Amino acid sequence: MNSKTLLYILKRLLLAAVTVWVVITVTFFVMHAVPGGPFQGEKSMTEAAQAALEAKYGLDKPLGTQYVTYLKDVVTKFDFGPSLKQKGRDVVDIIVDGLSTSAELGLAAAFIALIIGVVLGSIAALRRNSIFDRIIMVITTAFVSMPSFIMGTLLLTLFSIKLGIFPANGAAENGLVLPIVTLSLYPMAYITRLTRSSMLDVLGQDYIRTARAKGVSGMKIIFGHALKNSLIPVITYFGPMLAGIVTGSLVVEQIFAVPGIGRAFVNSITNRDYTMIMGTTIVLATLIVVMNLISDILYKIVDPRINLE
Amino acid sequence: MSKNPFNNQIDMENFMADDFNQATDEEKAYVVQMRPSTTFFKDGVKRLLKNKVATVCFFIIIIITLAAIFLPMVWPYKYDTMLGNIPGQPVDASFNNLKPFEYGRTELAKIDAGQKVFPHIFGTDAQGRDYFIRVVYGTRISLAVGFFASIIVLIIGLTIGSISGYCGGKIDMFIMRIVDIIYSLPDTLMVILLSSVLKVTLSSALEGTALEKLGSNMISLFIVFGLLYWVSMARLIRGQILSLREQEYVLASRAAGAKGKWIILKHLLPNCISLVIISTALQIPSAIFTESYLSFLGLGVNAPMPSLGSLASDALNGISSYAYRMVIPAVVISLIVLSLNLFGDGLRDAFDPKLNK
Repeated sequence: MNSKTLLYILKRLLLAAVTVWVVITVTFFVMHAVPGGPFQGEKSMTEAAQAALEAKYGLDKPLGTQYVTYLKDVVTKFDFGPSLKQKGRDVVDIIVDGLSTSAELGLAAAFIALIIGVVLGSIAALRRNSIFDRIIMVITTAFVSMPSFIMGTLLLTLFSIKLGIFPANGAAENGLVLPIVTLSLYPMAYITRLTRSSMLDVLGQDYIRTARAKGVSGMKIIFGHALKNSLIPVITYFGPMLAGIVTGSLVVEQIFAVPGIGRAFVNSITNRDYTMIMGTTIVLATLIVVMNLISDILYKIVDPRINLE
Repeated sequence: MSKNPFNNQIDMENFMADDFNQATDEEKAYVVQMRPSTTFFKDGVKRLLKNKVATVCFFIIIIITLAAIFLPMVWPYKYDTMLGNIPGQPVDASFNNLKPFEYGRTELAKIDAGQKVFPHIFGTDAQGRDYFIRVVYGTRISLAVGFFASIIVLIIGLTIGSISGYCGGKIDMFIMRIVDIIYSLPDTLMVILLSSVLKVTLSSALEGTALEKLGSNMISLFIVFGLLYWVSMARLIRGQILSLREQEYVLASRAAGAKGKWIILKHLLPNCISLVIISTALQIPSAIFTESYLSFLGLGVNAPMPSLGSLASDALNGISSYAYRMVIPAVVISLIVLSLNLFGDGLRDAFDPKLNK
């Protein structure tokens, strides 16, 4: 690793930190721009009760003070305050509760997408223009242009309601199978296409011809030379893939009633549970920013030829 | 005379006398093969038409668009008319949840009396509204959202990108840092956040204005697109302008006394045009995607206006008995997004051979 790479990493780290700060700031001010504040709409509340609640949550202080307090709590203590609608629970507890389920869902989906995508993509590239290649391309094109909520409901209808193979409730046994499949289809299709095109690109390179000319066996060329190099673009997709899985999980968890962060987030939007919306947005956004950072840095380290600017 | 194979002398016996005459105009015309001159645009269209997939997709898009525009004008039902709900009479529940090609009670009576009743091709929804026209109307909304959102993105991205690329220096640096930050924001989360708040904020502000009919959700969708999605367009344009402004013809124009605005408008932007068309074409399906996603979360267009996403989301309630209500908008969204994507790819291949590697 040379000094240029190090400088790049530092720059990216700084950018990531600024991004997270922007997310926190935007979230805070956007939420406080809601007319009437977070307690509007609860008609049963008297003015005195409302004032008491606002005092309790610190909403009566000037906006600047509130912002500094919030920022300090978030950064130093991971404290997003109490949930406004689920009485007596802290936002961070609700997030931690959902995190294990969501992480299981997301990681499984990412893993499946990666393995199947790379295998299918490589086969498609090696058997270029064959029937197999064509079928894979048609199917992946279809998957890429279908929103995850549609995929989810179609799978739900088919496998839970019509065939009854998997439960429709994500909390039940085997309940995560369908959500994982739903979430993995889009990145799988994307990785397949990515691997195929980069594999085709690599197979046309001179060093592959050289290896072939000096008599290296086909398998060794594929696994030793071609696959390794064609996976470089796939690394850059790690960050966007995670972002896609996170946002996809919002609707997928809703459809399959999976008790994860995504569902908590969507419910908090419908309930207008503002502290919860803020907390979840910040946690998920930070997750995505960090994943993007890792995938970008990894990309530069794996392939030193890549121009840093 | 024996022929020496290495002899370079011309063998005069093989030539006729008139071989040495001057060529006539006809003969000259035979040799010169001029192709009719072609413009960049014509050339691109020719390449595009050769691409069968893109051409088919183009016609699918045209057909869907025309249907979405004109069918609601001639169709006998309205998207928001509850057929069983006639003012002054008790609600006729026989119109609700009709299967395809079924009729409500009063319609059956009309048919028995020998009158013709226009069929409900996709049946009706839970509130007795003709589902076919709702799907058509939803398609119209989704296409409109996709189109206008892309136009907004185009205008903002083009303006900022060309300023940044042309001015360079500190301005460029400043704009690009902002772009970097917005680019690394998780867009979907921000879209959800902004639309969930704007929805509340705008609905009170819009009351009584001309924009009210459009609905606060739709406007917040446009605002969000305008705020977040211009960055990739701006980056593309900036990159293109940066490489273009070093070209000799720009230098020549500047030497001839041209000012910044003239150079941007007359020299730089026309050379970005294919890039702009391509990325706008590819922006539309992604906007439609985002809109349907937001509609599904309940943040899309305001009821009773349907969009393909909200139709799919509504269908979720009756998914076990009326699965086709889910499948129909799903198929339409996928068809639109797929055709637009393939057409956009075709455009890229046809109009920007450099990008096509």
